[in-house]
Amino acid sequence: MIDVADEANAPVGASASPATSTLVEVAGRAHARPAAPASGGRRGMGPAVRKRLEILFFTAPALLLFLFFVVWPIIKAVQFSVYRWKGYGPLVDFVGFKNYISVLNNDVFIDAFKHNIIIAIFSILIQLPLGLAIALLLNRKMKGQNQLRTLIFVPYVLAEVIASVIWFQLLQPKYGVIDTMLSTVGLHGPAQGFLGDPKWALATVIVVLTWKYLGLAIILFLAGLQTVPEELYEAAQIDGASWWQVQRRITIPLLGPTIRTWAFLSMIGSLQLFDMVWILTGGGPANATNTMATFLITEGTKRSNYGIASAASVILFVVSLVAALLYQRFILSRDVLSDARGRKNR
Amino acid sequence: MKRTPVLGALALGMSLALLGACSSGGDAESNDDSTGGGETTITWWHNSNTGDGKDYYDQVAKDFEAENPGVHVEVSAMQHEDMVTKLEAAFQSGDTPDIYMERGGGELKDHVAAGITKDISESAKETIDKIGGSVAGWQVDGKTYGLPFSVGVVGFWYNKALWAQAGITEPPATWDDFFADIDKLKAAGIEPISVGAGDKWPAAHYWYYTAVRECAESVLQESVKTLDFSDPCFVKAGDDLKKIIDSEPFNSGFLSTPAQTGATSASGLLATGKVATELQGHWEPGVMQGLTEDGKGLGENTGWFPFPTFTGGKGEPTAALGGGDAWAVSNDAPDAAVDFVNYLLSDKVQKGFAELDMGLPTNPTASQYVSDPALADLLKVRDAAPYVQLYFDTAFGASVGGAMNDEIALMFAGQASSQDIVDATQAAADAEK
Repeated sequence: MIDVADEANAPVGASASPATSTLVEVAGRAHARPAAPASGGRRGMGPAVRKRLEILFFTAPALLLFLFFVVWPIIKAVQFSVYRWKGYGPLVDFVGFKNYISVLNNDVFIDAFKHNIIIAIFSILIQLPLGLAIALLLNRKMKGQNQLRTLIFVPYVLAEVIASVIWFQLLQPKYGVIDTMLSTVGLHGPAQGFLGDPKWALATVIVVLTWKYLGLAIILFLAGLQTVPEELYEAAQIDGASWWQVQRRITIPLLGPTIRTWAFLSMIGSLQLFDMVWILTGGGPANATNTMATFLITEGTKRSNYGIASAASVILFVVSLVAALLYQRFILSRDVLSDARGRKNR
Repeated sequence: MKRTPVLGALALGMSLALLGACSSGGDAESNDDSTGGGETTITWWHNSNTGDGKDYYDQVAKDFEAENPGVHVEVSAMQHEDMVTKLEAAFQSGDTPDIYMERGGGELKDHVAAGITKDISESAKETIDKIGGSVAGWQVDGKTYGLPFSVGVVGFWYNKALWAQAGITEPPATWDDFFADIDKLKAAGIEPISVGAGDKWPAAHYWYYTAVRECAESVLQESVKTLDFSDPCFVKAGDDLKKIIDSEPFNSGFLSTPAQTGATSASGLLATGKVATELQGHWEPGVMQGLTEDGKGLGENTGWFPFPTFTGGKGEPTAALGGGDAWAVSNDAPDAAVDFVNYLLSDKVQKGFAELDMGLPTNPTASQYVSDPALADLLKVRDAAPYVQLYFDTAFGASVGGAMNDEIALMFAGQASSQDIVDATQAAADAEK
């Protein structure tokens, strides 16, 4: 459930990326470090100065991009959110926190927030056991292992927009493939179709999201499985542990850091979810599948209430930031700390 | 250590230069109003980006250049959605093309308030008089800001063959007749009506039309101006719509059906003979042609009838709901731009426009040249109508219109009452004041 950043959630993506990159760095650096201290400059500059310059030179483009495309838009969004603004002309109509109040009093936004939470919870509840089970199965030596792994990863590789359009067509009532298949075996979907019935729409979206992002969970878990030391399995085998015991007592606990990182990505992706919903349902029917991101896009681009849209985007940003920080503080911290300790002992 | 900041600045500068190099490509298409030496360049954006329409507009620009030495017309033909998006960005950046398409109503009001659009009441007076009543949708506080070049009306497009198959010989004049026809169509195993409620506005057209049938012209005019919806006719409009929805005439899955994209959209269903009828604007035949493999749409089976009436409604039975496109001039455009929009509405240019069936011309001298029979019929209906009510969402502006459309779509989903629609619209309108 990673939402590849688009304009709507780019600011929030920024809050998430430092968190994930620290993890990657910590893991990667452990080996890279010894080679890092390069020999100092020979042309009079002190090695420290030269190193600083090097760092500055190489990070400046990225930093500038970050400032222009992440920090600056966030600042602008906060600014827009305290004005009533139609999208053009100067900012003159200062309204203070009125936009925030109207967003937080808007049932549609509150429902959208609830949908985000429901999607986040169900993504983890469904994809974790399912992904884990499939990853464990795929980790066994068997014929066609690689082909199976590739196959399972295909939905994730598909662009989200394309996947959504395909599913939209499959789910058409009466003429869609799924309805046709159901009717040939004597079953009937909801009369208004899976996407056209407010009672079914959100569940349908979650099913499609699961199909799309299960591959990512599996591939991450598979990668995590490769880091479990072979000796542990051998030792367990000598002790006479069954396959099931090995998985429960050794594999899954050692997969912990991977699972926690994946759950983090999944959660942030769920909070920022936009493209899939936008194409499948546009937030409808009867607002049944709105997310915070579709709400703010509708308010902004469709209704020209850019002030309200900005307020909603700031709220979305804060929600994601708080969720990310809490998660890091209470759940991910274990992984980061234990890794740091490990490095010190080395 | 002292030199670090200098070198640091250098490093920063270099990366800035790199960034600059990346972005300079975007600045290339600046639209200067004039290029010294008495030469004037005017920029014109339009959406006839294919076939004869594009060639025709290129020719129009060339003719104008020939008649006005020293004036250069820079034409940008864009696909409609692209144009709308680019216009939106142009309004925000203040880099508006000299001549652009304006849909009128609340949108125009916002543009005028932001100082984007030029008042052409005086400079285009002759043309305005000639066009007559249609221009009303492009007036703000008595001043004219756009010259409509095509105004169409909404009505029911139907598949003559499917209606005949259900044993119906004549299109309905009242809703009581229509309800009977809906039952006949259903009995014949045909889905009566498709509606793209997923996109909301096609569903909203139903409420607009019931309001046009229930409300007197003066009430509608007043409500557009004052954004006051307290007249009971608006609630009655909702009640009428409720009746229509309760007769369950719509295609399965209509709540998520898109308006006109793809074969399973509302227009696609009509074009491929899957449903019998659809309420849609004057562009429908063209859309249907694009959605069928042979490029003919419904072809000979295309039929059209106006929105039926309700007994006891206070509205004019022949009044129509519609809208159109106008040429507007941006505030800082040179005078040549105003000359050009006058030229675009001239007898000559509108005649060619009509001959190519590019729309429903507003210059009365051009009406006779429309060759497409469906469009010609529509033109008669439009010209016979006592007035053409601009789509409410356009008339009220995006903010109020959006809230209204959302609530109407909720009624289609069975989750809003007649009063809810009025309340939601009024609440959004009050937030504007």
